Order: sequence, then structure tokens, then C-alpha cells
Amino acid sequence: MAQPDTLDPPGQGMPAPAGGGLPAARRTRLRRRVRGLAGLAMTLALTLLGLLLVTFVIGRVMPIDPVLKVVGERATQAQYDAAYQAMGLDKPIWQQFLRYMAEVLRGDFGRSISTGHPVAQDLRRVFPATLELATLGTLIGVGLGVPLGVIAAARRGGWIDQIARVVALVGYSMPIFWLGLMGLLLFYGILGWVGGPGRQGIIYDGMVPTVTGLVLADSLLAGDWAAFRDAFSHIVLPAGLLGYFSLAYISRMTRSFMLEQLSAEYVVTARVKGLSERRVIWSHALRNILVPLVTVIALSFGSLLEGSVLTEIVFSWPGIGQYITKALLAGDMNAVLGGTVVIGACFVTLNLISDILYRLLDPRAK
Amino acid sequence: MHNRFPLRALILASTMSVAAPLTGAWAETPADTLVIAHQIDDIISLDPGQSFEFSGQDVVKNLYDRLVDFDPLDLKAGFKPSLAESWQVSEDGKTITFTMRQGVSFHSGNPVRAEDAAWSLQRAVKLNKSPAFILNQFGFTPENVDEMVSFDGDKLILKLDRPYAQSYVLNCLASEVGSVVDKETVMAHAEGEDFGNAWLSTNDAGSGPFTLSAWRPNEAVQLAAYPDYWQGAPAMARVIVRHVQESSAQRLLLEQGDIDVARNLTPTDVDGISGNDGLKVVDELRGRILYMGLSQKDPLLSRPEMVEAMKYLIDYAGMEASFLKGQWKVHQNFLPEGYLGAADENPWSYDIEKARQILGDAGITSGNLTAIVRDIREYLDVAQTLQAAMAQVGLTLEIQQMTGAQVLDAYRARQVPIFIGEWGPDYADPHTNASTFAHNPNNADDAGLSQLAWRNSWAVPDEMNQAVEAATLEGDTDKRVQMYLDIQQQYREIAPIIPMFQKIEQVAMQQNVRNWTSGGSVSSVMYRQVTKE
Repeated sequence: MAQPDTLDPPGQGMPAPAGGGLPAARRTRLRRRVRGLAGLAMTLALTLLGLLLVTFVIGRVMPIDPVLKVVGERATQAQYDAAYQAMGLDKPIWQQFLRYMAEVLRGDFGRSISTGHPVAQDLRRVFPATLELATLGTLIGVGLGVPLGVIAAARRGGWIDQIARVVALVGYSMPIFWLGLMGLLLFYGILGWVGGPGRQGIIYDGMVPTVTGLVLADSLLAGDWAAFRDAFSHIVLPAGLLGYFSLAYISRMTRSFMLEQLSAEYVVTARVKGLSERRVIWSHALRNILVPLVTVIALSFGSLLEGSVLTEIVFSWPGIGQYITKALLAGDMNAVLGGTVVIGACFVTLNLISDILYRLLDPRAK
Repeated sequence: MHNRFPLRALILASTMSVAAPLTGAWAETPADTLVIAHQIDDIISLDPGQSFEFSGQDVVKNLYDRLVDFDPLDLKAGFKPSLAESWQVSEDGKTITFTMRQGVSFHSGNPVRAEDAAWSLQRAVKLNKSPAFILNQFGFTPENVDEMVSFDGDKLILKLDRPYAQSYVLNCLASEVGSVVDKETVMAHAEGEDFGNAWLSTNDAGSGPFTLSAWRPNEAVQLAAYPDYWQGAPAMARVIVRHVQESSAQRLLLEQGDIDVARNLTPTDVDGISGNDGLKVVDELRGRILYMGLSQKDPLLSRPEMVEAMKYLIDYAGMEASFLKGQWKVHQNFLPEGYLGAADENPWSYDIEKARQILGDAGITSGNLTAIVRDIREYLDVAQTLQAAMAQVGLTLEIQQMTGAQVLDAYRARQVPIFIGEWGPDYADPHTNASTFAHNPNNADDAGLSQLAWRNSWAVPDEMNQAVEAATLEGDTDKRVQMYLDIQQQYREIAPIIPMFQKIEQVAMQQNVRNWTSGGSVSSVMYRQVTKE
């Protein structure tokens, strides 16, 4: 990190032009940081560009005719041709892509042909719905999954381990569709503990001004506790379900990471030194698995953000998963591309956050 | 001990948060609000000049008025005066002059004028979106429509290129594309040459019983009563239509009292609520026809004996009694019941022996055929039932499953040997189905037509083509009815596009909902007459 200039490889090690009067080491650090940021921005831009290009090409070669969605089944050939040209489909595909990119750079994602709304407006509506659900789901998954995995590893073969195994197995193998319906039937239909399908009850719909698009956050901002309670009653079941699936994954991964650590020499040393088992597990071993654990959690969060289409369908949750799926089936490429950018950006951001966390958690990564 | 505390607290807290009842005690919806669960993800526009999807038309129907319209409590009576108080047909039958109702205003407060009515029709023709063809049938084109449709004071004047039957013209004007829009408001939002289309797709500029509060695609449509509606303010102050994809979710919502009406229950769920005293199911015959198209490009299917035999290989009654139960009824004519001129003869029944004999006489003992079917369970069930029946007479049916868009692509390219699917009428006049099932003026591959007859490569006999055209010009309604009965008679004998069933919509609702109508076979849903007790 703080290498002096003279140790730089030849070619790059030319004495920096005098200026600024900064010590050489600090100047280098600054330059690297700037280069790092530029590199990061470059990576981000290239990733998104590549993603868009691939999605665009796939969209154009798909055997679905988006024009039909626009003009309808009864259209005459003349109407069809007019719409075909208006959508620019008569141009070569690279021209279409350039045209699309130019519009995106101006901040215009175009209009969705399956909703009739501007894509940007649609995404502002559907993404927060998914974000809210995925975040709560991940919180549940991490909050319960990590302790469960740690305990399962510490008491390997014990009853907690057995239960954790069954829980995870059920989580992996149950169709989410069925589990969702059963959950609704039990907790909503029979017990009446939670709200039904949808993000809000009818009477609260539209009562809270939209600021973030996250209903929970918006109702808190408005100080409307009844609306918050209502929104929470609607989200708790789908979020719990997603949380369960993420718990199944996270607990299994935590367990296997922990088992590896617990057989390491430093653990033996710690035990020999007379540290309590609790400290050995929670302070030493757990701390050492945080880096891979962050990766696992980020991946799990990312996959929830992509939208769990089936969960969204069962719970009538107007999220991004349903939005993109429906758009794809209609050949609505503006919507698909817009959604892809958002999800791509999410993954890049999650990667970035994990990178930062690595550095915080692991001194060696500095 | 202190180390274990956070974990315990966490488990305790999460258990409690799940266990505590979170819902308020809202056993029912507010008395002045009608809440409906429906699949509404097909809406792509709420502009009456563009909207052509079932759910979109349901909304447009309630936001706008038309010159003539259906009475929700008496659909059988046909169209009645609405924004047009009366009309007169000229001697030569080529000009209709409407007198506009006075004192009606749009939601914006602007008065409804003959100018708005004329502009609305001109606009729809010039926009040239999907439903424009309904108006273009009268000889309107974007170029001549300013001349053909004009106004003078409180009179709206329509010039037609031929002396069409009055019932034909007015039935078309009663469809959603005939909605009268507020010219001033829409033009204030026009962008370029779009006649306000972008704006009107997500907003409302009508004079109908409801105003649009919100439309969130794939999520909800909210309507609010228009208090100054000329036929009196609707009883329901708010109508909320929520998109709920799953039948079982709709059923749960209904049973819990969170919604008043569920429109997409499967037969299983309809059966499931039959024991619930608080709920009822209203059956309503709709206009959609489930039919089978036999492409005349296929060498085997183009043989008349083959077409004849296929009519006996369909287990109409068996399907009606099993997987189509309550949702479809046997109907073997292209005009749906409820339409002017609809025939009610259902001459064919499931008869393997007869089919075998017809095929045997023609020397057909084996053959391979392909059905391309959209991935909708009912269609697949029909296809499989047919497959089993065909196997008994030595015919092998391969069923190819595709998405709706893919099937439509292939169908429009005339590449579907056996098509099984639905046709929904476009407007309330018999010509809508006659012109698609029994009319094909050009059977060439490059004709680029949208008729079902063309898609199935069926060269309709000239005599039938002419009869279909002549029926639009017959001024005497009784004679017109007879003409359609005759066409259907001949159609049943020769046509390779076989109507099988007509749609029944089963709408489940709370006992206190009164006067519900989904629009029957001729129209879309109407809310203004609905009350809750």
C-alpha cells in the first residue's frame, strides 16, 4: 500500500513531476485511489453495457413479435407495418441498439408496450416493492440463519443440528408456490393473523404519500402507524417465506464455514489457552468466517432482488420479477432492458459493498 | 448468560411478531366502495381510441359515454339513446344525423358538444390503432374522415359510403371506440401528432359515471364516482379493481371479506365456496367462442369428409360436464347467444362410429396431424380429449404447446394446422363474427388479412362472402336476422372452423352486492347500477 516510488516497477517508476509538494508516497496513494475509482466506474459502465447488449440481442432474436402486442390481434397489415416502422424494427439491429443507447444516456428508457407507461415510471413503482420484500426477507434469513448455522456447527450432530438440517432441507425442496398458498390459507384464511394478498389493505391504499415507494418507510415518514401496521401485516408472510428460503441457504453455508474454522489450529490453541467455548465460537471462529459469509449473504440478497416471480404471483405483489417476466413474454424489450439495468446495477452495487466490507472485516485485504 | 440473551430476544421477538394478530378487524369493505379482484394485467392503454383488451375496455366503458349505449339492467333491449338523444337516417340511407343531449358535461366541467363527438370519431380514425377498423367499416379513412364526420350546432352528421343497416352502424358506435372524449382537455395534452394519445393512455377525459383515480399496471385500477353524472351519481363512491392473478388468492380474499367480487375463480374454487351462505355466484353468458380451426392448407384437413368427421370427434357434452363445467356451454354457431341473429341449433354430438364411417367411406384410415395450442389449461384439455378421440379412428394428433404470442405469430402466418382457442367479438353487431368466420375475399398467402377464415386458409364460397356483405346493408331488422340464420345454416354444413362452446363468466360475490353485470355477450362490465345493501 505505502510503497515508496522507487520500488515501483520500471516504466511506471519515473519520478513524478514536481508539484503539489506532497510526499511521494501520499501522492502515489492518491493517484491509486483516483485510478481505483475510475477503474470502478469503468467496470460498472462496461458491465452494464455488456449486459444491455446481450439482453438486447437476445430480445431481438426471440421468436416473439412485439408489434402484435402493440397493434393487437385484429390489426391489418398496413397498421402492423406502420407500428413496425414506428418501433424502428426495420433498421439493422446495431442501429437499433445505438438508438436505444442514445436514449438511455439521455435518461429515457422508453415506454413499455405491455403497461403503456414510461419504463422509468414503472420501475420506480415495482422496484421498491421488491426491494422492501427482499430486504426484509434477507434480514430474517440472516438474523435467524447465521445463529442457527453457528449453533448447528458447534453442536454438530446434536438436536439443533438435526433440526437445522430438516429446516434447510424443507426450505430447499418445498415449492415456494405451494408453501405460499398454504401460508396464506393458514395465517390469513384460517387464523386471520396477517393481511391477505397485496401490499396494503384496501382502505390504506393511496392514503400515505409516496416518497420512497417503500410502503413501510413511507407510512413511517408520514407518521401513520395504522398504515404501517397494515403494510407490515401484508409483508410479513411473503417476507417470512423468502426469509425462510434465504435462511435455509445461509444456515447451511454458515455451518460448513464454521466446521472448517472449528477444526483449525488457532481454535485448538484458543481452547488450550482456556478460553470459554462461547468466546471461541462467537468471537474467534465466527469472526473468521465473516468474509465468505458476506459473499453468501450478498448473493442471496441479490437473488431475492431479482424478484421471486412465484412469490410475487401468489401474494399479488407488484414487484420487478413479475414485471420483467411479463414483459419478456410480451416481447416488451424496453421494459426488459430497463429492468435488467436496475438489477445489473444492484448486483454491481452489492459487489461493491461486499468489497468494502471485506476490507473492513479482514485486515489482510487492505 | 449475557451472551445468550440477544439470540433469545431475537427468537422471542420474531416469534411474537408472527404470532400476534396484525390485521385490523375489517370484516367487510366500506359500504360505498366496491372492491373487485380480477386479472387486469392485459391493460396497455386506457385511451378509447386505442384500448382493445378485455380489462382495458372494462375501464373505458365506465369512464366514457357513447352516442348510444346499453342499459346495464336490460342488455337484451340492445342499444339505447345516450349522449345522442335521437337520430335520423336520410332517405338514401347514407347519412345519419344525431341530435346531442343538452346539459351533459365532461369530468373537466366542459360541456359535451356535437363538436366533441365528431372530433372523437375523427381522432379514433386518424390514430389508426387496433379498434379503428370498427369505424373504418363505414368508409372512413384518415384522409376523408373530416368530411365524412362533421357537426353543425347540436347535430352530429355521419356520412357513410354505403347505405348500411342502422342497427349495424349504431351497434358499432356503442362499442368503446365510439366513446366521446373531451376535445379541449385532450388537445391540451397533445404531443406532436399523437392527438393526446400518450396522455390519454393513462388519464381520463370522459363524461361517464366514473372518473379515473389511479391506474397502476399489474396492480390496481381505482375509479371514483362522478357526482354530476347525467343519469345520476352511481351508488358506489369508489370502485377498486385489484390485480390478483391466482384463483385461490381471489377466493381467500372473498371469503375473508376483503373484496366484494372475484372474477377469475376456477371451477374448483367456485365449487369450494358453494357452501358459504355469505357468498353467491352469478353466471353470465359472454360473447367469447371457443372454436377449432382446421387449416385448409393441410392436405388431409382440406378434405370435406375429414372436416365432417372432426365435428363428431369432439366430446362436447363430456367436456361441458367435466373440465369446462360452469365456464363454457356447448354452442356450435359463430354468433354467440345474445347477438342479433344468433342461431341456437347444436346439431353435432360425440359419435366415434359415425366419424369412423365417414372417414372409412372416404378411404381415410390413418393420418398424422398437429395441433398448436396456447399454454392455457382448458385449451390443452380440449386438445387432449380430441387426441384421445382421434386415436380411436386411427388418426394421430401431436399437440404443440406455445405461449400466446408464439401461437398468434404462427396463426397469422397461416401455419397452424389445427388451432384450438377463443374468439371474442369486437363489437355488438353480428357482422363482427360473420366477417371473421364466414368472410374471406382473398385467400392468397400475401393478402395479409386478419379474418379467421383467411388464417385457416379457407376460401369461403363467393355466395357466402356476398351474403355476409349483403347482411350489413339490410335495413329491415327482421330480414337481417333471417339472413344471419341462413348464413349460419350454410356455415354449419361446410365450414372448417368449428365453433364448439360459448363462454360463461362465473362471478363470485358477497350476498349484499346487487345488479352486477359483466356486460353480457355484447358489452363490457358496468358499475353505475351496482349497489350494496
